[in-house]
Amino acid sequence: MGAITPLGNSVEDSWRGIRAGKSGIAPITKFDTADFDTKIAGEIKSFDPLIYVNKKERRRLDDFILYALAAAEMAAADAGLAGFDGEKAGTVIGSGIGGLATLEKETLILRHTGPRRVATFMIPSILANLAAGHVSIRFGLKGPISSPTTACAAGTNAIGDAFRIIQQGFADLMVAGGTEAAVTPLSVAGFNAMRAISTKNDIPEKASRPFDQERSGFVIGEGCGLVILEELTSAQTRGAKIYAEVVGYGLTADAYHLAAPPPGHEGAVRCMKNALADGNVRPEDVDYINAHGTSTPLNDLYETQAIKTVFGETHPLVPVSSTKSMTGHMLGATGGVEAIFTVLAMRDGILPPTINLDNPDPECDLDYVPHQSRTRKIETALSNTFGFGGVNASLIFKKFAEG
Amino acid sequence: MTLEERVMELIIEQLDITREECVPEASFLDDLGADSLDLWELIMEMEETFNLDVDEEELQKIRTVQDVIDFLKSKGVS
Repeated sequence: MGAITPLGNSVEDSWRGIRAGKSGIAPITKFDTADFDTKIAGEIKSFDPLIYVNKKERRRLDDFILYALAAAEMAAADAGLAGFDGEKAGTVIGSGIGGLATLEKETLILRHTGPRRVATFMIPSILANLAAGHVSIRFGLKGPISSPTTACAAGTNAIGDAFRIIQQGFADLMVAGGTEAAVTPLSVAGFNAMRAISTKNDIPEKASRPFDQERSGFVIGEGCGLVILEELTSAQTRGAKIYAEVVGYGLTADAYHLAAPPPGHEGAVRCMKNALADGNVRPEDVDYINAHGTSTPLNDLYETQAIKTVFGETHPLVPVSSTKSMTGHMLGATGGVEAIFTVLAMRDGILPPTINLDNPDPECDLDYVPHQSRTRKIETALSNTFGFGGVNASLIFKKFAEG
Repeated sequence: MTLEERVMELIIEQLDITREECVPEASFLDDLGADSLDLWELIMEMEETFNLDVDEEELQKIRTVQDVIDFLKSKGVS
């Protein structure tokens, strides 16, 4: 597994932040926010791309690709990525937006200096599939490759699709997850125009508050989370470290509205139910749910209703938390990163907290593991992510038991 | 700084190569690991630095570090 998040530039640093209930939200440093309604974000901090790429690549690659190369190197080191058949190894890395910062910069060059000054490497730096492209080139992954651009569900969508590719025998090993680097002027202005992101700039670490009465929109974050999925015998033959097993995947559409979920979020209900059925898992066997929990008024309420529809009867006390309370919403990267947090929650027997839940919304009445992480044996866990376009994706992980 | 030194510095920076590799007879494609996109990027940087335009036909003739220096001299850059 490999990750770079607003809480740290590695899996373990990020996870330490989560366990401690730390917030990675701070004032935006990437551009001058003087004219912006929102001035805060979950930015990547003190990341040195030169650890992972040479100077030429750093100059040419958008951050969303640099983050993916960094996370892929970390995941490869963790999984001992060697001795695999390249033609049976693939890459599915999603991104909600792609190289927006590069696009903005080059658009200004086009406008002010003319078409002949637009950079040679602009197109390959903005295409959303180029994170997957660069990772496949670096590691010689010659099997299936794709890049879901399903907005905030892209990372989960990617891992789910990679899971299916292995299940159906088209590959033995897949590098999968999501990456995003869209803390840019255009994206913040755009999300502000939709009134989708919080403008609580005064106390940045308090702005992301899923399921709280005072929640006022998500806080934009950036980062990358990649996992290496591998067919069991292949992993055992290579002697790879096995964290967990992917057992179920659900993917549905609301077919309702481009940005808002429907009351009761029946699309999410079907998505979680499909994932449970896919993995032969009963609701009462799920020990933890990593919620989408964006801190928007609608998502948190309707996701709560959906969870109650699926789990309410047999398992009303299932612990649910939103790690976005600490990382912010990393858009297309969020599913990759949250899959990793879900797996580490199982490894360490720790329920990650939902921080800032100071005044719970009376209509959000589940156990959200408020404020502090909690010890609990977790055998099976579910991770939800939902995206614009009405896309819902859920994954179910199980602790791996030898034999 | 002479024109040669300025050109070499630019090439070293753009292609991320060492000073030792950047000899006048080095071929961009065969010796310096560059592809056609690298070359176009380099030429754009030259155009900007020396304030000139290079057309497709002229680019075809540029194969080595020395070719760049000769080309710039032919354009009156010193």
